Amino acid sequence: MSFFNPENLEKAQILVGLYPDKRSALIPLCHLAQSQHGHLSNEAMVEIAELVGVQPAEVYGTASFYDMLHTEEVGKYLVGVCTNVACLLSGGQELLEHASDVLGIPPGATTEDGKFTLEEVECVAHCDKAPCAQVNYRYFGPLTNGDFDQLVDDLKSDRLSDSVPPHGVLSRVFRDAPPMVPLEIIHQERRVMDEAKKARLAAQNPDAGGKQ
Amino acid sequence: MSTDESQNLVTLSIDGREIKAKGGELLIEAAEKSGVFIPRFCYHNRLPQVGVCRMCLVEVKGPRGFSLQPSCYLPVSEGMEVITQSEKVKKAQDGVLEFLLINHPLDCPTCDKGGECPLQDQTLTYGPGESRFAEEKRHWEKPIAISELVFLDRERCIQCDRCTRFADVVAGDALIEFIGRGDHTEVNVFPDRPFSSYFSGNTVQICPVGALTAAPYRFKARPWDLSQVESSCMACSMGCRIMVQSSQNGLTRYLGLDSDSVNHGWLCDKGRFGFEAINSADRVTSPMIRKGDSFVETSWASALSLIGSKIVDAKASGDPSRIGIMLGSRLTNEDIYAWVKLAKGVIGTDSVDSQLGDGLRGEVIAALPRATVNEAVSAKAVLAFTGDIKEEIPVLFLRLREAIRNGRTKLVTVGTRSSSLDKLSEVSARVTPDQARLLAMEVTKDSSKFPEISAVLSKQGVGADGEGLVVLLGRENLAWDQSIVEAFALELSRSLPKAKFLITLRGSNFSGAVDLGGVPRLLPGRSSLETATPVLRQKWANLPAQGGRGAKEMFNAALRGELDLLFLVGSDPRQDYLDSELANSALDNVGFVVSVDTYLSRSSSSADLVLPAAAFAEKAGTTTNLEGRVFTVNQKVTSPGLCRPDWTIASEIALELEEDLGFGSAEDILDEIAEVSPLHWGLSWHRLTKSAALDGVVVPITATALSIRPRAMLDQISTPGIASVWNQGLPSSKTSYFDDGTIEEPGSASQPPAQASVASVEPIWPVAPVQPLGTMRLGYSRKLYGQGEHLMNSPHLSKLIVEAKCRISSKTAKELGAEMGDSLRVADKAGGESLFELEIDDSVGDGIVELIRGSFSNPGFSPVRSDEAVNYVKVERA
Amino acid sequence: MSTKIVTARVDIPNSHTLSVYLEQGGYQSLRKALLEMTPEAVQEEVTVSGMLGRGGAGFETGRKWSMLKQDLVRYLVVNGDESEPSTFKDHLLVENDPHQLVEGTLITAYAIGASRAFIYLRGEFALGLERVQSAINEAYAYGAIGRNIFGSGFSVDVVLQPGAGAYICGEETALIESLEGKRGFPRIKPPYFPAVIGLYGAPTIVNNVETMSNVPWIVKNGGRAFAAMGKGRSTGTRLFALSGDVMRPGNYELEMTSKTFRELIYDPDFGGGLKEGRSVKAVIPGGVSAPWIGPDNLDLPLGQDEVAQAGSMLGSGSIIVLDDHSCAVRAAWRITKFFNRESCGQCTPCREGSGWIEKIMHRIELGSGTESDLDLVLDACDNIAPGLTWPPQQTTICVLGPSIPSSVVSAIKMFRDEFMVHIKEEGCPFVH
Repeated sequence: MSFFNPENLEKAQILVGLYPDKRSALIPLCHLAQSQHGHLSNEAMVEIAELVGVQPAEVYGTASFYDMLHTEEVGKYLVGVCTNVACLLSGGQELLEHASDVLGIPPGATTEDGKFTLEEVECVAHCDKAPCAQVNYRYFGPLTNGDFDQLVDDLKSDRLSDSVPPHGVLSRVFRDAPPMVPLEIIHQERRVMDEAKKARLAAQNPDAGGKQ
Repeated sequence: MSTDESQNLVTLSIDGREIKAKGGELLIEAAEKSGVFIPRFCYHNRLPQVGVCRMCLVEVKGPRGFSLQPSCYLPVSEGMEVITQSEKVKKAQDGVLEFLLINHPLDCPTCDKGGECPLQDQTLTYGPGESRFAEEKRHWEKPIAISELVFLDRERCIQCDRCTRFADVVAGDALIEFIGRGDHTEVNVFPDRPFSSYFSGNTVQICPVGALTAAPYRFKARPWDLSQVESSCMACSMGCRIMVQSSQNGLTRYLGLDSDSVNHGWLCDKGRFGFEAINSADRVTSPMIRKGDSFVETSWASALSLIGSKIVDAKASGDPSRIGIMLGSRLTNEDIYAWVKLAKGVIGTDSVDSQLGDGLRGEVIAALPRATVNEAVSAKAVLAFTGDIKEEIPVLFLRLREAIRNGRTKLVTVGTRSSSLDKLSEVSARVTPDQARLLAMEVTKDSSKFPEISAVLSKQGVGADGEGLVVLLGRENLAWDQSIVEAFALELSRSLPKAKFLITLRGSNFSGAVDLGGVPRLLPGRSSLETATPVLRQKWANLPAQGGRGAKEMFNAALRGELDLLFLVGSDPRQDYLDSELANSALDNVGFVVSVDTYLSRSSSSADLVLPAAAFAEKAGTTTNLEGRVFTVNQKVTSPGLCRPDWTIASEIALELEEDLGFGSAEDILDEIAEVSPLHWGLSWHRLTKSAALDGVVVPITATALSIRPRAMLDQISTPGIASVWNQGLPSSKTSYFDDGTIEEPGSASQPPAQASVASVEPIWPVAPVQPLGTMRLGYSRKLYGQGEHLMNSPHLSKLIVEAKCRISSKTAKELGAEMGDSLRVADKAGGESLFELEIDDSVGDGIVELIRGSFSNPGFSPVRSDEAVNYVKVERA
Repeated sequence: MSTKIVTARVDIPNSHTLSVYLEQGGYQSLRKALLEMTPEAVQEEVTVSGMLGRGGAGFETGRKWSMLKQDLVRYLVVNGDESEPSTFKDHLLVENDPHQLVEGTLITAYAIGASRAFIYLRGEFALGLERVQSAINEAYAYGAIGRNIFGSGFSVDVVLQPGAGAYICGEETALIESLEGKRGFPRIKPPYFPAVIGLYGAPTIVNNVETMSNVPWIVKNGGRAFAAMGKGRSTGTRLFALSGDVMRPGNYELEMTSKTFRELIYDPDFGGGLKEGRSVKAVIPGGVSAPWIGPDNLDLPLGQDEVAQAGSMLGSGSIIVLDDHSCAVRAAWRITKFFNRESCGQCTPCREGSGWIEKIMHRIELGSGTESDLDLVLDACDNIAPGLTWPPQQTTICVLGPSIPSSVVSAIKMFRDEFMVHIKEEGCPFVH
């Protein structure tokens, strides 16, 4: 039985076709699996391994290198509070402690209802909005403790479901393009381009002509 | 050193001393050869370098002065200036070791590696006296089993990437990986998918700390209690060089040694962990004679005297061929020579065979031009018509895989079955016997017949005469009679006279048996009964007048009541003979069966007399690998009980017949072999134990064999405390790495042996039967872990014996209406049946059912019949 | 008001859409390049512009292109893995002007003859991924990507590749490994210079998002116009990402060398100064890999060489301000923690050293350090980057290793007394 549903399996095939070496699709496929399932399950990794032609251990080894790929279940909302320098200077550490109190879980844990996972994250490149937090990689900041409480409240009551899809859904825009130009055609084009360039350079500089 | 090499030399300075090295060689190696050892953990000369441990930093002069560079990643170049001893280098080494130790558990007293641990040793030599680390160390669950054979302690791991690199790059089994990131990186397997590589033991050997340990060795011994001797593995025909280690007269461990011509330091797990069987409590330790349904112990004297009288009785009939001998793969060259001399020189019977329907005729092997392993892996192209070498000769698979991965050769496979070679092949052609014949005759002549194969061969520059082609020849499908393979090879060799053949049969010393007359109609040196040399005639007084019987003919003779006495010397036909129906009924019908064995196998259990034999590592001698390379095997432990080396048993039987075989030691036998066999002229114990020849010598000894290359460098991390390390590149006062690098020419008595020619052996294509209606073609092959006695007696390996399944393609399954996991009934020609679980596998050809030999033990079921050229079976849902 | 190049359109509503981009003259540079210029002419303009790479290393873009090995198969990879702490310029560009990035990428692909172009974007940029993918989709439909672009006979595909959360993938060879579907382990240089052995072993140009975003302007206005801005090697404009203890943190595009640190921090149009009554204690320029500079250096112009001469680097163009109410020990500890969490784990000194130094620094910040810890931590730093010089000596595969000591060494050098207070008073004297 396939892990990917039919719609995602089609997307998976497209992703695999984008690269000269299909292993390059490994990380996009992990994101695709998370968008379907919320996290990267063993079944998903086994299927990704088949799709890109490697061992499941290689998918696991690669995925485990990356913070965004979760081989364990995470909450519907993955809340990341940044405590890196810019946020630290603006109270990021204190915001994290507050978040931990409000959600009732330490960083790294998931609430019992499976709704929230809290993480301490490194700089998320929104330092002009320090201290900031991300929820499923959608950004909020600067946040006071009160702002954070409001955010949690909004998430709990699904008031933000339009702007914050469930964890795993990253980009809601999928590639919509004609099939890739076959590399043989591209290489033929480049061969002609390179030869024309060589000829032009030779014409400009007859002394060096033909010598390369 | 050839001129090519000397022209490529560069001069560089290391610590102010000028040295010469091959241009492009890595600095760490060039330094080592010049006597400067640079410490390292991740660097291994048989793995692609990664430069991660940073232990090998040295100062190298660049445009901006000296800077620290990893010597494992730096090719030497002309004028390079290197400093390995400065304060700066020492501080860097000290620093790296301190970093490595901060999270290391320092549980050395309870660690198997303690005492031979590169981390321990290098810390003593280059590291800090004490740690300044006062924080909490990183913790992981203490050892986890990542397979039946390997335990992993992640706390001890220093992330050198050796095991993971080996698994991925060398073995092609990326089943262990780095998981996580940064200082929380661990090595691990995918959940519930064990590290089930055939080569997993190598990761234990190359681990520079005690992170990976092997289940059969854990807590068995301390390194300083081990003694060791160099030898050659006899688990298959590759002959990998090993160090055999023991403690208190029990074998504890084999380590792979790096032989450049053979195994590159690697071993398969079957070879590496097979020592457990030798330690088995179930060994036969005393002569035993049948009394009714059971055995009673007897003395050697009475056993031998009984044998003597049985021989005399059998010979009294006037037909010495009523006495037969089947030789097994345990035997050394000296064992084989002694038994063959007993048979053909004393008793006068030529009915000696060393193959059990799963090999090839000795005359065919002798006639084909022989390739070495090195020739095969550097051939322009390799054509494989062989059993799955990953399953049968695993380390040859590694050599071939490495060569293909690095683009040194290209592979074409021909056959009927799916195989591990398919993935490595440019083309995998599935053929019928008729197509095989066509291929053999036409492959380079008419490119339209096999266009894909011809395209590869011509692209690779293989000549129309086969120049540049090496054929791996074995039993691709055991359901095809050997005569098809023999005819194929002879035909191919006639159309491609320059092609060379590497015979890829599995039995460990099949090559020695062919070379020493352990097959019908051949004598030592591959001469025929008719062409025996005068010196042989002199030493072997009773040469048979005519050719004797092979295994199949002996069994048929037994059925006719014409076999009075049969010696099974390390041979177990009831288990191993392909047509088990024939073997079983024939053995029941032999007058008297003497089994010389190490365990009570199926055949010895029903023998009339069982003699206890010394096992591997309990005797010295030589063995010949598949390419004709002769190496020493050595004794490390003494046999249990009353076991004797096989050759002594032959000698003593001769004495019962009042004949003296004329030797008192394995060395004596080797001397006699060198005297009587033109193929072995020049060989001597003395020569084989010179360090240059420890990796063996290909016979016949030729000028090329004489210009032996220096032995490969040993990775000291994976061969701790091994004496050869000191001969092979450790910092020492030795002035030349090339010391002792040659062996002297054989004496003037030497003359090239007459090579049998393919012209003298006719290819005879058997008539393949028409496929009976309602049957399927059978693909019949072996797995590495089958049901042999050796494996059954190895506590850890026996857990890996494969389950009996049958595999068919999804299309064929559909036609049968069967699904994955269904039970299928497979019936042989005579109606014998067995049930198998179905595995659907689309690498199997349509209309074929693939079964694994030795994976079932239903005595009534014998899917291969020795009188059929091609075997078919009936398959239906149970 | 100085010229804005890369942020010229970012404030226009719907600046990320093709229609707005076209209204603003978008894709004219690509047409010009493909239809009127030879690849070498495009490359020449970029060379003349003198544009330094905007990623962090600051290598001349034109020179980088000229070093590309001329094999038949070669690739372009755009580095949008912006992860250097306090650097948030690229995300502005990918979210608000993705077509500019796509156009720059296509022009560059043409100039270097790339077989395929990949835009590797930091995985956490969900909005950026949507915006760039939309832009790519629109550009395909518009005929700017794919087969025979604008009838020029030049074809190329552009693939958007999401990262998945690993700082190290901003390092170009780690990025290539990641793009190949592997763990983001940096490769050893030599021999793995991307221009020689890059993606799939083929010669590869890796350029930063901001660098690519400048290319359409350079093609349109000429390299000379670009070079006319700035001073010395610092030509054109740059996006400075200002954060920390300032009133108006944000991205400011400035002509290079036209302003000083002080002006950027205090000018009401830019940083707007500090909180009432506070003063600058230290500035971390160029990302957290850079050594800190003190208040005495505030009058340095914002230029590549100027900052380098002061013993630090302009790096990714991020500038973090610490005022006198902020704890230097805590900031330095947090930066070490960052490196420890982000070390890929390949090389021993970085993998093990970062964790050890982090633990000691944390202990000191929490009040259980000793004076000898300072020597210990400096010596551990020295074992990662021998000599503790700037630029550092490197004993690891990539520069993450020698980046670890920067903050620690700066902080101890500049604020040793503050460390001593932590040690003597057994705690942090600052209010958080």
